[in-house]
Amino acid sequence: MDIQDRPHVLSYFQLTVVLVILLALTGVTVGVSYIHMGFFNVPVALAIACLKVTFVLLFFMHLKYEGRIIVLSFISTITFLIIMIGFTFWDVAFR
Amino acid sequence: MTATPSFYHQSAPPGLSGIKAWLLTHDHKRLGLMYLGAVFFWFVLAMILGLALRTELMSQGRTIMGPGMYNSMFTLHGVIMVFLFAIPAIPAIFGNFFLPIQLGTDDVFFPRLNLFSWYLFMFGGLFAIVALFVGDGFPDTGWTFYVPFSIQNSKNVGLTVTAAFILGMSSMLTGLNFVTTFHRMRDKRMGLMQIPLFTWSLYATAWVQILATPVIGITLVLVVLERFLSIGLFDPAKGGDPILYQHLFWMYSHPAVYIMILPGMGVISEIIPVFSRKSIFGYKAIVWSSMGIAIAGSLVWAHHMYTSGMSDVSVFVFSLLTFLVAIPSAVKVFSWVATMYKGSIEMTPPLLLALMFIYLFSVGGLTGLVLGAVGTDIHVHDTHFVVAHFHFVMFGGTGFAFFAALHYWWPKMFGIMYPFRAAYVGAVLTTVGFLFHYVPMLIVGLQGMPRRYYDYLPQYEIGNFLAGLGAYVMCAGIVIMFVNLFMSFRKGVPAPADPWGGTTLEWKVSSPPPVHNFIDKPQIMDFPYDFKGVGEQLQPKDR
Repeated sequence: MDIQDRPHVLSYFQLTVVLVILLALTGVTVGVSYIHMGFFNVPVALAIACLKVTFVLLFFMHLKYEGRIIVLSFISTITFLIIMIGFTFWDVAFR
Repeated sequence: MTATPSFYHQSAPPGLSGIKAWLLTHDHKRLGLMYLGAVFFWFVLAMILGLALRTELMSQGRTIMGPGMYNSMFTLHGVIMVFLFAIPAIPAIFGNFFLPIQLGTDDVFFPRLNLFSWYLFMFGGLFAIVALFVGDGFPDTGWTFYVPFSIQNSKNVGLTVTAAFILGMSSMLTGLNFVTTFHRMRDKRMGLMQIPLFTWSLYATAWVQILATPVIGITLVLVVLERFLSIGLFDPAKGGDPILYQHLFWMYSHPAVYIMILPGMGVISEIIPVFSRKSIFGYKAIVWSSMGIAIAGSLVWAHHMYTSGMSDVSVFVFSLLTFLVAIPSAVKVFSWVATMYKGSIEMTPPLLLALMFIYLFSVGGLTGLVLGAVGTDIHVHDTHFVVAHFHFVMFGGTGFAFFAALHYWWPKMFGIMYPFRAAYVGAVLTTVGFLFHYVPMLIVGLQGMPRRYYDYLPQYEIGNFLAGLGAYVMCAGIVIMFVNLFMSFRKGVPAPADPWGGTTLEWKVSSPPPVHNFIDKPQIMDFPYDFKGVGEQLQPKDR
């Protein structure tokens, strides 16, 4: 069974820490936009955004405290999205 | 009928009566029946439209309608059959009714959301009707709404795609409800490998509904934006790509085929073991094949686009992936047949319809291989062969599974039995008519007759005439089946709790079930298809 009986209420302190991290990462995003890294401009910005999303999912959306099936379900959705976008771009790339 | 008051006699939430007890209900069973009423209306309407189309094609030239009307009618037939019948039929009706019971619980996880989904469904249908009577009438684009035609034509495309968008929302929320119910509401003693196969099929379907439906929602919004704001997403003159539309459309609409067929396969997986009095062969293989079809089926969308100008690399990859889907589908077919082998088979209308499903679906699957292979697909692309192929799958598959489910669960849903003889006559006529209808279409398609054409060359006349004749026989069979079921209300022969000797939980509760499904805690079996002792328990008077 994957039913999670144990409660997982996050304290205000934990939530505040996550919020501060997110705000700090927003600052980093703004900061790196002033640094010209050529090809790496977009990948770095996307990497920071992905890190922020991960924090939101893990703590604000409680994914960290869910069972394996819920985590697997979430990863599946992301995988499908990647495949759908990837295959479409693939067609354009080889046309 | 039963000592326990049924859900017809108690409302959920309590205190409601009359029409309010239905329109404000949270009860998954009432909602299943409300979907049944709505879906039945749409099915009959689309069937009449289909019959009119085939009548038009029975002879060359104008028969009963002009070309403009013909274009709008095949569009309407497609939109209704896909979005208002085939997609919601089994999950929304039988899924809503039986998923919570098979999981040993009293309702879905979000009962109010379930009611909201029904209202969205009705609202979407209403939009489709309104589109008929306002502006320049119903679109003539076909149910695929391909650009650039759907962006440029003057018909009521905007309103119709809005209807499809709303219907998609309804489908998605139903899927969300099913996944959540599956994980959060099922009896705690029920492990994953103790869940009935119908529920497993609904679970696999629900994931496809959740993952794929947003794509069509976004795509239809883009069509509306293109029509009114001319953004140029699909316009090469503005840097857009018309093939992108086809990618986005089929990214949903091919998985939608599995939204239609997977629950049907679940129905067949319930019926075959019950009437073979034998445990299902390869339970785990069927479970994994359901998930396999859901996953592989979501990755094959571009096999609809071999002639679109897509890259050769993509054509190769999508063709390969398409052939992979045949494996889990074949696992199911072999498992059903193996279940019947050396079983104590008892013929009943649900079993007969299930057998017809296996035959017709297999033909649909095998003709699909012709279309999955690039070389042969180019020959038959956009011909009547394609039309016949997808009707073998969608109607021979989903349609017959719907009829089988209706005959299988009718005693449970309404607490009454129906006469078998008329059900057999209806089922046989429907199948004979079906073959007369679609086999000639396979042949004229192979000979080169394009789909969606109002008129044709003289050499296709015999095939089209036979197809029209078959359509009338098929519709006569369907009418007999439905009339027989409706007449059962008049005779009112009460159904026992378990008229068929089923082993899943819905057969452990009274017919019709009480409002909260279970009076006592349900007994969860180690294996849901254990038929030990069922034959002895079943009395002939139960029929």
